[in-house]
Amino acid sequence: MKKYCKDFKVVENTSLTPSFFRLTLELDEKLPEINPGQFVEILINNEKDVFLRRPLSIHDVYEDKNQILILVQIVGKGTLALSKVKVGEYLNMVFPLGKGFPLEGEKVLLIGGGCGVAPLMHLSRAFNNIGIKPHTLIGCKTQDQLFSTQEYSSLSTLHIATEDGSCGIKGMVTDHPIFKEDFDVIYTCGPTPMMKAISKESKKKNIPCYVSLENTMACGIGACLCCVVDTNEGHKCTCTEGPVFLSEDLKDF
Amino acid sequence: MNALDKRLEVKIKDLNLKNPIMTASGTFGYGEEFEDFLDISSLGGIIVKGTTGSRREGNPYPRMAETPSGMLNAVGLQNKGVDEFCNNVYDRIKHYNTNILVNVSGSTIEEYVEVAEKINSLEKIPGIELNISCPNVKQGGMGFGTSCPMASEVVKEVRKVYNKTLIVKLSPNVTNIIEIAKAVEDSGADGLSLINTVLGMAVDSEKRKPLLSTITGGLSGPAIKPIALRCVWQVAKNTKLPIIGLGGIMSASDAIEFILVGASAVQIGTANFIDPSICEKIIAEMSQYLDRHNLKSFDEIRGII
Repeated sequence: MKKYCKDFKVVENTSLTPSFFRLTLELDEKLPEINPGQFVEILINNEKDVFLRRPLSIHDVYEDKNQILILVQIVGKGTLALSKVKVGEYLNMVFPLGKGFPLEGEKVLLIGGGCGVAPLMHLSRAFNNIGIKPHTLIGCKTQDQLFSTQEYSSLSTLHIATEDGSCGIKGMVTDHPIFKEDFDVIYTCGPTPMMKAISKESKKKNIPCYVSLENTMACGIGACLCCVVDTNEGHKCTCTEGPVFLSEDLKDF
Repeated sequence: MNALDKRLEVKIKDLNLKNPIMTASGTFGYGEEFEDFLDISSLGGIIVKGTTGSRREGNPYPRMAETPSGMLNAVGLQNKGVDEFCNNVYDRIKHYNTNILVNVSGSTIEEYVEVAEKINSLEKIPGIELNISCPNVKQGGMGFGTSCPMASEVVKEVRKVYNKTLIVKLSPNVTNIIEIAKAVEDSGADGLSLINTVLGMAVDSEKRKPLLSTITGGLSGPAIKPIALRCVWQVAKNTKLPIIGLGGIMSASDAIEFILVGASAVQIGTANFIDPSICEKIIAEMSQYLDRHNLKSFDEIRGII
């Protein structure tokens, strides 16, 4: 897929929780095709301590408006600076990067933890577009960390697990009854221990499981070789061969 | 944009460069990775990633840490080996109308010689950059570039089997870079690339751990530009070899600083990660500089400092 480097206008910057925000970024020309699970490398303006671009997964795409939505968790200097961008400013992005989620199966489960819920919105939309309503399972510590539940519900059957039981079932995503059901394919993005636990259970049940990784990277286009993951065929770049991998192809998964 | 500005042409031994802008090894893949962002044939040259005798997996993840005005890497020469390059990659990239140089790396003199000999047979590769300065491999690499006798020996042995333009990439991690440069000059090199990354490290105080799997890595980016300028200036004053300057160049003015201290050409490295089309922009700005300063070419100001 052809990649681009373009300036996007910030049309919305919405705070969702104290540590999560969502940017709506608009291009003044037609967006190219973008697959769910792909990501952007965004240039952080006016922050002298931030040198490299930040890789961020694409949360959703509004093709009719040429808008890309990015869901961001504030985890460091780069994302903190990004949280302060104002409507009307421009952000430079290299996009669309990586290989996204392949759309496979008819009964599918999408599992997100923390910021890992980000690409699942676009993935849900893609499944809806081919006539499949997926199940989405979101895990977090408490109800306060939940957001966008209405949007997820509109595109999928939503299930929730919180560690303190403040919403949905009490426990981890792997404790949720929906996870015990049989699915054709499982898609997951979130903290590595969560994805490993999901991958392990899926293997037992012979369900293909796609995981989306978030290794630190510099270039995002396969040149620097910094973001490698150990696979059964040796080191592969998360940016170009991923970020989505079939979990059985990865070592330690 | 004027990539064909004749005033920008430079010559390094037998290499004719359209302009002094080349891309640094390990930051530009095989060029293909950047095809969507710029015209590879508009560049003075590209140095493809470090190539060794056999396939290397490189170091474990994590291999990269952002630092003030730069980054550390500890990739460790991950590549598919010289045979894969000759049999597959070469055919894919040989159509580029630019100087494609292969960065030749190794752990032993025999390995450097083997790789250089195989690359020598490739018609469209007019030169190599001998990497005796990689800080991220346990054996070889920087070990060859930090001792005059070792540097001299590897260059002499490679020179015997390699008859095109032989550039040697030096490490800044030495007490006296002039001595190493002279040793390399006396051993038959045609030019020098200065500098490779600066050995450094980064620590996470919260996790109380190093940020790289290898603990130490190579620092690149604007943070090292003053070191690179100093090295180029010192070597330019003390050898006759043409120098390709690199280290933290982010703009045409950075590139011109290197020319002022004696570089014939420059390489753009880490900046490619920040802006994948930066090389074309720098080339255009180089022409504008000549206009603005009323110069016929950079020969008029090369090495005047």
